[in-house]
Amino acid sequence: MDLNKKYTPQSWPDHPETATMEGKNKFVGFWLLLAAETVTFASLFATYLALKDKGPSGMEFAASNLFELPLVFAMTMILLTSSLTSVYAMYHMKNHNFKAMQAWLGITVLLGAAFLGLEIYEFNHYVHLGFGYTHSAFSAAFYTLVGTHGAHVLFGLSWFIALMVRNSKRGLNMYNAPKFYLVSLYWHFIDVVWVFIFTVVYLMGVIG
Amino acid sequence: MSSIAQKKGFGAAMWDYLTTVDHKKIAHLYLASGGIFFLIGGIEAMLIRIQLMKAGNDFLSAGTYNEVLTMHGTTMIFLAAMPILLAFMNAIMPLQIGARDVAFPFLNSLGFWLFFFGGVFLNLSWFLGGAPDAGWTNYASLAIASEGHGIDFYALGLTISGFGTLISGINFLVTIINMRAPGMTYMRMPLFTWTTFVASALILLAFPPLTVGVFFMVFDRMFGANFFDVTMGGNTIIWEHLFWIFGHPEVYILILPAFGIFSEIFAIFSRKRLFGYTALVFATILIGFYGFMVWAHHMFTVGLGPTANAVFALATMIIAVPTGVKIFNWLLTIWGGSISFTTPMMYAIGFIPSFVAGGVTGVMQAIAPLDYQLHDSYFIVAHFHYVIVGGVVLAILAATHLYWPKMFGTMLSEKLGKVTFWLFFIGFHLTFFIQHFLGLMGMPRRVYTFGADQGWDLFNAISSVGALFMALGVIILLVNIVMTSIKNERVSNDPWGDGRTLEWAIASPPPFYNFAQTPLVRGLDTFWIEKMEGNKEGMVYAEPLEEIHMPNGSFVPVVMSFGLFVASFGALYNMDGDKGWTIPVIIIGLVITFGSMLFRSLKDDLGFHISKEELLRDVKGGKSDGLK
Amino acid sequence: MIKGLKKWRLFALMTALLVFLAGCGREEISTLLPAGEVAQDQFNLLILSTIVMAFVIIVVTIIYVLAIVKFRRSKIGEDVIPEQVEGSAKLEFLWTAIPIVLILILAVPTVYSTFDLADVSTMDVQAEDSDAMTHLTVNVTAKLYWWEFEYPEQGIVTAQELVVPTNERVYFNLISADVKHSFWIPSIGGKLDANPENVNTFYLTFDQESAELEDGVFYGKCAELCGPSHALMDFKVKSMDRESFDQWVAAMQEEATPAEGALAQEGEQIFGADGAGCIACHAVSGSGAAGGVGPNVATFGDRNRVAGYLEHNEENIKKWISDPQEYKPGNLMPDPESLNDGKPFTEQELDALAAYLMSLSVEE
Repeated sequence: MDLNKKYTPQSWPDHPETATMEGKNKFVGFWLLLAAETVTFASLFATYLALKDKGPSGMEFAASNLFELPLVFAMTMILLTSSLTSVYAMYHMKNHNFKAMQAWLGITVLLGAAFLGLEIYEFNHYVHLGFGYTHSAFSAAFYTLVGTHGAHVLFGLSWFIALMVRNSKRGLNMYNAPKFYLVSLYWHFIDVVWVFIFTVVYLMGVIG
Repeated sequence: MSSIAQKKGFGAAMWDYLTTVDHKKIAHLYLASGGIFFLIGGIEAMLIRIQLMKAGNDFLSAGTYNEVLTMHGTTMIFLAAMPILLAFMNAIMPLQIGARDVAFPFLNSLGFWLFFFGGVFLNLSWFLGGAPDAGWTNYASLAIASEGHGIDFYALGLTISGFGTLISGINFLVTIINMRAPGMTYMRMPLFTWTTFVASALILLAFPPLTVGVFFMVFDRMFGANFFDVTMGGNTIIWEHLFWIFGHPEVYILILPAFGIFSEIFAIFSRKRLFGYTALVFATILIGFYGFMVWAHHMFTVGLGPTANAVFALATMIIAVPTGVKIFNWLLTIWGGSISFTTPMMYAIGFIPSFVAGGVTGVMQAIAPLDYQLHDSYFIVAHFHYVIVGGVVLAILAATHLYWPKMFGTMLSEKLGKVTFWLFFIGFHLTFFIQHFLGLMGMPRRVYTFGADQGWDLFNAISSVGALFMALGVIILLVNIVMTSIKNERVSNDPWGDGRTLEWAIASPPPFYNFAQTPLVRGLDTFWIEKMEGNKEGMVYAEPLEEIHMPNGSFVPVVMSFGLFVASFGALYNMDGDKGWTIPVIIIGLVITFGSMLFRSLKDDLGFHISKEELLRDVKGGKSDGLK
Repeated sequence: MIKGLKKWRLFALMTALLVFLAGCGREEISTLLPAGEVAQDQFNLLILSTIVMAFVIIVVTIIYVLAIVKFRRSKIGEDVIPEQVEGSAKLEFLWTAIPIVLILILAVPTVYSTFDLADVSTMDVQAEDSDAMTHLTVNVTAKLYWWEFEYPEQGIVTAQELVVPTNERVYFNLISADVKHSFWIPSIGGKLDANPENVNTFYLTFDQESAELEDGVFYGKCAELCGPSHALMDFKVKSMDRESFDQWVAAMQEEATPAEGALAQEGEQIFGADGAGCIACHAVSGSGAAGGVGPNVATFGDRNRVAGYLEHNEENIKKWISDPQEYKPGNLMPDPESLNDGKPFTEQELDALAAYLMSLSVEE
């Protein structure tokens, strides 16, 4: 692979992410990694459901009186939007429009950071209510499930930023196109997991 | 290039292995470290049998015994059997499909070093205040109650090595999906490649639940979480589920590659195509699939209720069908063949009755009400040793003899190999057959001693004698390896003479770039086809000789793994709450790991090319396959 | 090869002989000598499955032996290239179908028996003419290396030795007070776990009176690794006819009588609150409920073993009291030093305690 080869939108392939052997391998490998991640989250969800509302006798907290939907709904919207903006970024990547891609990625990162900020605010709020990590089996299961998702968001953000900074001068080439593609795939996965968290933890929690 | 490698000094060779991303060298690393852990686990097994040699023995104290039995199981499963199988997968699978290397050479190296540092970390517990003592299953109530750091060594050590295994699993899957030589369709892949493929898929889906469970354990012990603290609403059965959702597929992760190895051996040494290849492939896939549906048969006595027990009992019995299909296909493979009783074939022949015995006791245990009697008794100990020693370890020993020439270019002594086989085989049955009866006579497993009034003395004594035979067999194998290495008689591409698949078409050991030209695969047992047609060139090739692109070696995997190793020490001692140095150590460790990860991803690493001239030189010198 | 085979045959023969000589283990503990309906059912399943599996093994062995005898390369010639057979759909069908049939044969009794053995619906049925239950219920609490048996209907509690009537269903409610254990009386029936988080219920039937046994008791075991002394977490079972059982219950319900004899009285003094204070953990009266810190010792003199596994004599009682950690590592009984103002018990004190404990009896 020649790093110095300059592409134009005309010579740029339709699917730059799988145009090279390395890209193909990364593409398949990453989907497999996401399968493993799915099992990880499935285990966490199962544990959360088993331990939901379980605590020391006389525990005052329950999912139905703890969670508040408006904030979580806002977080959901922000993350869903960021998924959309990353789709725009990939659209420009496929058209070899590096600047537009960087711009949309920047917006994605900002939205992701906003989501993470709100999540930290939410956790902080619960801790001040007395619902800390060591409070009960319920709290441990809740923070571990949602916190693992949060850690994924943080990792995704760092990955976005590292790629954007590293390639800001280099521009798009066949070496980094698969990487951009994978991080956006990862971002969609995080988004899907959040939809499940929103449904299983918050909606089903508040409803009862 | 390969000739240069031989002239290097010891230091350079060390550096070569520390930085290698070549699947064949990584295979050597897996084999060597897995072998060492196998010896450690074997010594632990001998300690167990010495302690149980007679009633009321006081060779080991109660606490030490529990540590030994825990480490024996953990070491053998995670640090010996799996890595040694990974060694053969690494060494052989890419050759079998005609690939240049695995899909992610860097990750391959990272996977090894994570396993290695995780294993070393786990075993350091012996010297740092005591090993884990809650059994390899590490049931939560006992593990949470366990004092000292043994359980923390278990949890953190398995986390690190588990990541390594997961990475290897993904790597093999991608390799098989993307990197098969032209003509190598899925239904032309050798059985060992197929079993590697299915076992890797199992690794991919089975390790995450274990990781999650182990993290719960770490969080409970380290951060005061309450996943398993019953008084705080926790539930210890969650651990049992997570562990066995991992644990049962793990059994198939071990046994499927063993099936693959034996499938190769039966075909080679009967000079016959595998009977019912298609059936064998589908049986493999089915076994892998069912592997995820039966975990609760390890939990029949937990009290899940009759409905769950009945469903899991039936699901478990169904697995016997594809397994039986395999056994009969192997029998029909040797039927009508020309059987050559080489050492690998002896193991394969010995495997059939041993594994059938282990399999039928498995079906007996699937009968849930009967399992209420058998569960956690010595019957179970006998059963899983019949499956794992009679299946996996025999396969490992067979593959060691079969693939030694391919990996190291020289043959292990057949004479000593057969001595090892007989000692090991007789010792194995002597040790474990009688344990079925001990279990039926009421002996629970994991007991550090038993009274003379229980009527178990004689059978335990016999069992201990058997263990001695196995130990002798392994010692002779070591002698064999040393003598063979000293003699170092080089062998040709196809040292057994009856090789059928692609790995036998390449030099022993293969050049670091594997096939100089990618071969064209014209059918199942492709090398056999060429041989039968009298192809003097070895293979038909899919492309002209061209320069080859290779990845650069890298020291980063060692550094990354070492960082986690360091951070784990910080995390482990941080639980004491009275040491100031632990947080900085965690941070330093993580900075090492993530720093080297960042370094790796920010740097352009495009590899290098081997020129056509160099390849031609190798081909002419007979160091490589290809046009002569 | 042939030489090796001979050796192997010799070993197989020796092994078979030894198995025969050693019989089926002791009747106090062997699953092969069932003494209860549940164990009998399970034994029958063992026999059924062994027959089915023996059939499989015989078929495999015949093909296997014929193959390795008939198709040796030394016999058929070095250069023969066998026919490369692809496979046979008929055969594949055959060896898929036959195992399925075999499994069906096993599946039917498995499912039936799984539900049958879990059926505890008659547990809470009351007798028609009284408030009493028709069956005995025992609440079992597993604790670090000992077992507590509470009889809620009778209002009595005992430890280490389970006493049950023969020929009727005995229901067990199992729970653990600390780590997971598993309750197993091999010759009476299969095990069930004692989990820390939930009560597990099942039943057993005792068809044989334990007095007929050589040792006078059935042996019970903890079957789940629970710590260093897991191997020593034994209990014993006395089964007797209903009449004797009712007498035993009545005796248990009576107030404990004061010790007789000077030595035993001295022991009672040491045992009591004014002495070393053993009584703080060890109740001496059989009437009461579960929840003891240490085992109830009301039936100590009647027991078969000291600490669950040592021979039942005064010498072993003294050894056990003097150094509990030596005999059951990791158990929770304090050292004598921590009870007796930092001093070990004197020989005289130990004799007195042993005499007193031996005098605690509810059987005549």
